[in-house]
Amino acid sequence: MDAFLLRCRFSAAILLLCLSLFAQDVTACVLRLATTTSTDNSGLLRVLLPQFERQHGCRVQVIAVGTGKALRLAENGDADAVLVHDREAERAFVDNGHGVNRRDVMYNDFILVGPLSDPAAVRGERDVLRALQKIAASGARFVSRGDDSGTDRMERSLWQQLAIKARGAPWHVSAGLGMGEVLTMAGEMQAYALSDRATYAATRARTGLEIVLEGDRRLFNPYGVIAVNPQKYPEVNFSAAMALIGWLTSDAGKAAIRAFRPGGEQLFFVTTDR
Amino acid sequence: MGLLEATREALQLLFAGDPELWGIVAVSLSVTLRAMLIATPLGIAAGYLLATLAFPGRRVLIVVTQGLLASPTVVVGLILYLLLSRHGIFGELRLLFTQTAMVIGQVLIALPVLVAFSLAAIQSADPRARETAIALGASGPRIGWTILFEVRFAVMAAVCNAFGRVVSEIGCSLMIGGNIAGFTRNIPTAIALETSKGEFAQGIALGIVLLLVALAVNFAFAFFQGEARR
Repeated sequence: MDAFLLRCRFSAAILLLCLSLFAQDVTACVLRLATTTSTDNSGLLRVLLPQFERQHGCRVQVIAVGTGKALRLAENGDADAVLVHDREAERAFVDNGHGVNRRDVMYNDFILVGPLSDPAAVRGERDVLRALQKIAASGARFVSRGDDSGTDRMERSLWQQLAIKARGAPWHVSAGLGMGEVLTMAGEMQAYALSDRATYAATRARTGLEIVLEGDRRLFNPYGVIAVNPQKYPEVNFSAAMALIGWLTSDAGKAAIRAFRPGGEQLFFVTTDR
Repeated sequence: MGLLEATREALQLLFAGDPELWGIVAVSLSVTLRAMLIATPLGIAAGYLLATLAFPGRRVLIVVTQGLLASPTVVVGLILYLLLSRHGIFGELRLLFTQTAMVIGQVLIALPVLVAFSLAAIQSADPRARETAIALGASGPRIGWTILFEVRFAVMAAVCNAFGRVVSEIGCSLMIGGNIAGFTRNIPTAIALETSKGEFAQGIALGIVLLLVALAVNFAFAFFQGEARR
């Protein structure tokens, strides 16, 4: 039993040593940004945020979720700012007193992607509603995000405009997953999907999917940034949120967004450039 | 990308000492070790008391503990989110999306495992150990220590089991850690993220590390408990 006790002490010493190696660094200023997966997964924030952090001495912690959940987190006061893409929901968020100082930052567009064989013969179509109608009529499968993200909300509004009950239809696959996963799934199933351009660009090589429709004005995808209302949650880091909004819409921020071109392709466009 | 190719790239990432990858490993280890340091004494003590004390409601408590073994970690995460959110009862503490919150979650996930398995271990102890200890003049805590020493292999199995559950747990960490890069991104949440982005090599590299960590910890436990009686 003595040997056992000795080992106890030895193990405890090792454990303490291990823990002391992991002491957390405490930075005074932390900004919590709830955002969509597209801005984070595309690599945009990794390029933008370090520049902001250097200028303002404030660490940005990114929580990348769907637009619906990002707004919910901010509504509960669990984030200081949101960067999302659903203008209607953003306006409602501000109107309901959850957020202030909403600013348009950048935009890109949604695209319709599908297999090379294009079983619904969508290619050449210019109107996204007609294209979706063709897909629904052909019975070719369509993979949907189904996660209440900005992309999901865009898709739902398109089906609604068509008065097609897509949800529950045998050809409509509601995945409940992020954009990258849905594109992987669509590639495996040789199905169609609605995607933001940035995520598609990042996964194109792997999925083998092609753009079957782009350029419809309905597919405009604007991103907005909002600070959480400090009157509702006095503890939020409002000054840092305002600094981030200011920087994103400043010349330096705009230049950084324009300069972000993974693989040579610009994926986000500054709103004021339109 | 095939499995072989992804694995080869994964090994390259590991040996290149990718700081981001090793940072993720450090978060996992730090959170899980802290959680186990808190949960282990609590869980074993609770198991011991449940095994040796007679009190009303004891059987119900045992059944509940065993039932909690099946609690999905994401539900633990959801409940903690509602409690720790600024909207919630403990919102003032501002713990949401911190490593401390992840530690709390992992403690809650580890406890049922520790209690249920150490309870079973102590119940299966040779009753003569207790009698001998008493006959030799041991009292209270000393008796407990003797019995625990007697069944230390089964208790260690409980600890290994709990460690395995929390170190690979994803639902709760994602929910209340938020998967923040360099802060609350641990191995399982990083694997989920990389897989969703299609970065399979990174996912496999992290999977390998997770397995190695689990192996190393189990070797450490084996060293700690010593050889079986000769």
